[in-house]
Amino acid sequence: MPAPAALTHATVLAQTSEPWIRWDWVSSHTDQILTALREHVILTLIAVVVGLLISIPLALLARRWHWFEAPVLSATGILYTIPSIALLALLVPWTGLTRTTAEIALVSYTLLILIRNIVAGLAGVPADVREAAEGMGYTSTRQFGRVELPLALPVIIAGIRIAVVTTIGLVTVTAVIGQGGLGQLILDGLIRDFRTEVVVGSVLCVALATIADLTLVAIQRIAMPWTRRGRTT
Amino acid sequence: MNFLGDVVAWFTTASHWQGTNGIPHRMFEHVVMSAAAVGAAIIVAVPPSLVLGHLRKFGSVAINITNAGRAIPSFAVLVLAAQIIGIGAEPAFIALFVLAIPPLVTNSYVGMADVESEIRESAQGMGMTGWQSMWRIELPMALPVVLAGVRTAAVQVVATATLAALVAWGGLGRYIIDGLAQRDFVQVFAGAFLVAVLSVLTELVLALVQRFTVSTGLTHRHKDKNEPFVGAATVVEPISVTQGEMH
Repeated sequence: MPAPAALTHATVLAQTSEPWIRWDWVSSHTDQILTALREHVILTLIAVVVGLLISIPLALLARRWHWFEAPVLSATGILYTIPSIALLALLVPWTGLTRTTAEIALVSYTLLILIRNIVAGLAGVPADVREAAEGMGYTSTRQFGRVELPLALPVIIAGIRIAVVTTIGLVTVTAVIGQGGLGQLILDGLIRDFRTEVVVGSVLCVALATIADLTLVAIQRIAMPWTRRGRTT
Repeated sequence: MNFLGDVVAWFTTASHWQGTNGIPHRMFEHVVMSAAAVGAAIIVAVPPSLVLGHLRKFGSVAINITNAGRAIPSFAVLVLAAQIIGIGAEPAFIALFVLAIPPLVTNSYVGMADVESEIRESAQGMGMTGWQSMWRIELPMALPVVLAGVRTAAVQVVATATLAALVAWGGLGRYIIDGLAQRDFVQVFAGAFLVAVLSVLTELVLALVQRFTVSTGLTHRHKDKNEPFVGAATVVEPISVTQGEMH
C-alpha cells in the first residue's frame, strides 16, 4: 500500500539531504523573514516593558514591607517553573490563540528575574553608604533616587539582560499558538521539512539575543561609567 | 465553570487512563526520557567540570556556557536535532541531553572554584593530597551548588520534553500539541495541567534531595534568597529557593 503523499515527500527530502540553507529562498522571502523578526522584537519588547512595570512596584513593596517579599518571590517562582508551552496552553481557553496569551506567558517569566534582581540590587547597597547619605541630610526619597538606585542599577540591568535574552528564546515557543515571530519560521520549517527556514529562524534568534544583550551592556557602560571597571557580567 | 467541568470529565474518563495515549503511559514516557537525558548529561558533564573547578582552569568557558545556552532557544535545539537525526525519540533525547549540559557544567565548576582558598589551604596543611581535598572537603562544600545545577537542568528538561511532541515523540506534550491541532482545548488544558504538576514536583523532589544530602554544617551558608541573577551568580542560586531555570 503506497504511503500518503505528504509522508513520502518528507521521507524523500530527508533522504536526499536537503541543504541546510537555500540562499535563493532567503532572498525571495526577505519580507517574510523581516516581518517575523519585527514581530519577534515587538513581542519581546512588550513583555519586558510590561514585566518591568509590574516588577518595579512589587519589588519596592517587597522592600518596604519585608513580609511581602517571600510571597511575591514564591508566587513568581511557581510561575517560572511552569513550562512555557504548558502556561500558554492553560491560557488558551480564556484568551484564545492570540498575542495577549503569548504576552501573559512571556511577562510571567520576566517577573521573577526582574523582581529578584531589583530587590537584591537595592538590598546590596552597603549600610554605611546609606548612613552617610542620611548623615548628609538626604531625605529618604532623595536618598533613594540619588544614592540607592544608582548603586543598585548594575544588578537591575543584569536582571533586565537576562530577562531580555530569556524572553527572546521563549518567544519562539509561542509559535505553537500561532504567534512567535522567528519561532513561526522554525515551526514552519519543521512541518514542511524545509531546513532553510529552521536555520534562518534559529540563527536570527541567537543573533537577536546576542545583539540585544550587547546593546544593554553598551547602555550600561555609557549611562553608568562607574561600572566600567571590574566585571559586569 | 463549564470548561473546568469538561476538564474534570476528561480526567475521569476511563479511556484516558489506558493504552499508549493514556495518562500513566505518557507520564511514564515523560519521566523516563527526562531522567535519561539528565542522567546522561550528569555522567558526561559533572565529573570533568568538578575537576576543572578544583584546578580552577577554563573558568570563563565553564561560566559563559550557561549565558550562551540561554541565548539559544530550546525549541530551536529540538527542531535542529530533528533535522539532523530525523523525528522520534532520538532527536528528543539528544536535544534534552544537550540542553541539560550548560547548567551542570557551570554549577559544578563554580561550586568547586568558589570553595575558599583558606579551606583548601587548611586541607593541604593537614596533609591531604589534592585528590583527598577535592573528594572530602571541596566536593561536600560544592554539593549545594552542584545540586542546584541538577535542579535547573531537570526542570528545563522536563519543560522541553513537552515540546518534543512537535518532533513526533510522546510524553505529556502530546496532549497539548494534538489538542491544539484538533482545537480540543479541554485536552490541551488537561495536558498543560499535568505538565505543570510534573514540573513543580520535579522542583520539589530535587529540593528535598538537596536538603537531605547537603551537610547540615553547610546549610546556613545558602539561606540568602536574594542573591541576584548576575552571570554565574544566577546559577549559584538559580532563582528563589523553590526554583530552577527554564524552558
